[in-house]
Amino acid sequence: MNTLLLFISGALVNNVVLSRFLGLCSFLGVSKKKETATGMGAAVIFTIFLSTMLCALVYMLILKPLHIDYLQTIVFIMLVAALVQFIEMFMKKNVPALHKALGIYLPLITTNCAVLGVALDNVEKNYNFIDGLAWGVGTAVGYAISITVLAGIRERIEGNDVPHDFQGMPIVLVTAGLMAIAFTGFSGMIT
Amino acid sequence: MNKCVERLYNGIIKENPTFVIMLGLCPTFAVTTNAVNAIGMGLSSTVVLMLSNLLISALRNSIPDRVRLPAEIVVVASLVTVVQMLIQGFAPSIYDALGIYIPLIVVNCIILGRAEAYALYNPPLESFFDGLGMGLGFTLALLILGSVREIIGHGSIFGISFIPADYHIAIFILPPGAFFVMAVLTALQNRFKMPCATNGDAKENDLSCNGDCLHCAGMNSLENHKALCKNAPGMETVKAEAAKKEADK
Repeated sequence: MNTLLLFISGALVNNVVLSRFLGLCSFLGVSKKKETATGMGAAVIFTIFLSTMLCALVYMLILKPLHIDYLQTIVFIMLVAALVQFIEMFMKKNVPALHKALGIYLPLITTNCAVLGVALDNVEKNYNFIDGLAWGVGTAVGYAISITVLAGIRERIEGNDVPHDFQGMPIVLVTAGLMAIAFTGFSGMIT
Repeated sequence: MNKCVERLYNGIIKENPTFVIMLGLCPTFAVTTNAVNAIGMGLSSTVVLMLSNLLISALRNSIPDRVRLPAEIVVVASLVTVVQMLIQGFAPSIYDALGIYIPLIVVNCIILGRAEAYALYNPPLESFFDGLGMGLGFTLALLILGSVREIIGHGSIFGISFIPADYHIAIFILPPGAFFVMAVLTALQNRFKMPCATNGDAKENDLSCNGDCLHCAGMNSLENHKALCKNAPGMETVKAEAAKKEADK
């Protein structure tokens, strides 16, 4: 039950973009069209799922027993970067259809702080393997939800008469702010 | 020496990382709930930026081109770990307030961006001052955002309160407030036609996406950064050297 709560908390209550501000660059950058936004969301879910497992295993089996857990930041970022490269090569060779759909988003994910953030979060909060995975996938689902919703709203805004000074990035930021207000409604649901 | 001063000016005003290039937004929004946190984050990033620029610039001739990104990441991650331990040891209250955002300095695009765009092509001293300028520009931007949010949301500045609690607008220290303050600041930049990567009606320029952030897929930031730095001092020598190498072949 606790695991399920962690998942919901990661996806809605502590939404990764709107209340923890991780992965903001791609949230604002790739949310122009609904298709690209969902593609990015799917790629993030996929990468976070694998990277959380990998980082948790490396931390529990290598860093902790050897008492070198202060190296976590360096190790995790290298793991994420290597993993992303590896996934891209693997997909290109074996699942070309999936590569065509997600391929262009993968390099963007290396510097997506949500991926590294989740790995560090799990260590900091001392989650076990399953709880960490639930928190990670929950976070990724939260990212996918918010980027898809923002993309939908942005497509509608295109046809609207936005005041000149607010055209471009400012109106997107206002939209994101209003979404953040909506998501604060979830706070207090799970403590 | 003039070059170093020029680098400082460039980082703080001309190419301010937050307001002009719009890099590294995550910590900008997350830690600016008050001015003290903003300064803490800004200065930690400044230290990392200065030292990473210095080291990468010193190593620039020995890093093979094919592994340059992993090499840069290792340098930056090591420095961040050192800074994290120092903050934990000497300023535990700031460490608690900034939390996970300190290790996340590693993935702050400003740091890799500066390494890619400047430190790889310029001598150590200038790169060091470039890092210092960019870092101070970042700190300044964080301080502006942090002060605005603290004054409106909490009625205080640096913890000294001067507005009675009845007039606080608490939403400004909550996450949505960060988006609103930044939206108004970028709208002001649009209004006064100040140079900014996000101006909707930017004129013809060297940016790879034509300065059109409205239709950007987010992949252009590093390229843009290089384009903005194209006229920076030092780049001529790089180009001349490249041309010379070509001629030698």
